[in-house]
Amino acid sequence: MKKRDLNDEGIEKLIGIQLRAGVVAASLIVLTGGVMYFLRMKHLPMPQYGHFEGRDEGLNVFKEVWAGVMRGDAGSVIDLGLVVLMATPVLRILFSLVGFVVEKDRLYVMITFVVLLILSFSIFGGIGG
Amino acid sequence: MTILYFTLLVLAGAYLAGLIGSLTGLGGGVVIIPLLTLAFHVDIRYAIGAALLASIANSSGAASAYVREGITNIRLGMFLEIATTTGAIAGAFLAVYTPVNTIAILFGVVLLFSSVMTLKKKNERALTAGSPASVRLRLNSSYPTPEGPVGYQLKNVGLGFGLMWIAGIFSGLLGIGSGALKVLAMDSAMRIPFKVSATTSNFMIGVTATASAVVYFQRGYMSAGISFPVVLGVLGGAFTGSKLLTKLDVRVLRYIFSAAIVFVALEMMFNGFNHKF
Repeated sequence: MKKRDLNDEGIEKLIGIQLRAGVVAASLIVLTGGVMYFLRMKHLPMPQYGHFEGRDEGLNVFKEVWAGVMRGDAGSVIDLGLVVLMATPVLRILFSLVGFVVEKDRLYVMITFVVLLILSFSIFGGIGG
Repeated sequence: MTILYFTLLVLAGAYLAGLIGSLTGLGGGVVIIPLLTLAFHVDIRYAIGAALLASIANSSGAASAYVREGITNIRLGMFLEIATTTGAIAGAFLAVYTPVNTIAILFGVVLLFSSVMTLKKKNERALTAGSPASVRLRLNSSYPTPEGPVGYQLKNVGLGFGLMWIAGIFSGLLGIGSGALKVLAMDSAMRIPFKVSATTSNFMIGVTATASAVVYFQRGYMSAGISFPVVLGVLGGAFTGSKLLTKLDVRVLRYIFSAAIVFVALEMMFNGFNHKF
């Protein structure tokens, strides 16, 4: 049996804290946006969720979300929380990458880098629009 | 229905979905998608978007505890994430060209399979002689037990990797963690002890779901009005579930819920065949 690397425990601790912080931050932002949305819209009829409306192609969604937050739009604040939520696992990969670099584990630096590349492709690859 | 009622009902439903998902080990997405589509008549694409977000929240929240306990095999997770993320992106891409009724039928099939798999006996024995690939990829490790650390090795790395790719496709296409397929890959093929495979699979769900979630987010599958009660409700329910798990014997509950899920799966398939989505 191979001995566990000394640094593994450090990485595990760091990743554990980062994941928790990400979920807590995302939930608080979603909750804030949700309360804003709820207080402003509660008497309106529920939107036609049975009818799917996609988004127009070619728009930069992340820029749009930020512009909405600046306007104080409740839906955009919720969206910001959702972006923070989606950023949490991506950040976890980045932290692991740093960890494997510190451990000089070249094989896993490479594997982690490939996962990051795949994720960047889905974020910036344009397949979403 | 006003937004007031819709939000409160979805919040309560999502809380229950998170609770049931956590107690049965099926995950919140499996319960929230039928709930939104069958009870609230929400378009399945919005339901998939919200379920993916709930999976990310659940996975990250639970993983933060497991990782610190040292049960999760981070290297194994990272290696298999190459398979699950490419699969998830392919699944999200396929989703655009798949009719919603077909998605509903597929969802029913996976749901049936999942409920059967939750009842299957889990692999608890550690393998002591792994395959050469597992050594080369440094996938063999150890995990803490009350009797001290137990070492384990694994085999069939290629088969496991392939099955994880398929699990990724289903996750991207249907918006669920597809935990049942992962158990098949990690327990049955790679012979990983159940405690390690369960926590490592949970660890991977966040990244896998994110790979397809960002695609869906940019396409407008995530509706703020649905996502916020779903994410908060499922997260709260899963948290309660994790506290209850240590105090309750969930075996009987598991049988009851698995039987209930079979009916939900049949309902999804029936509606799909009749083009009700």
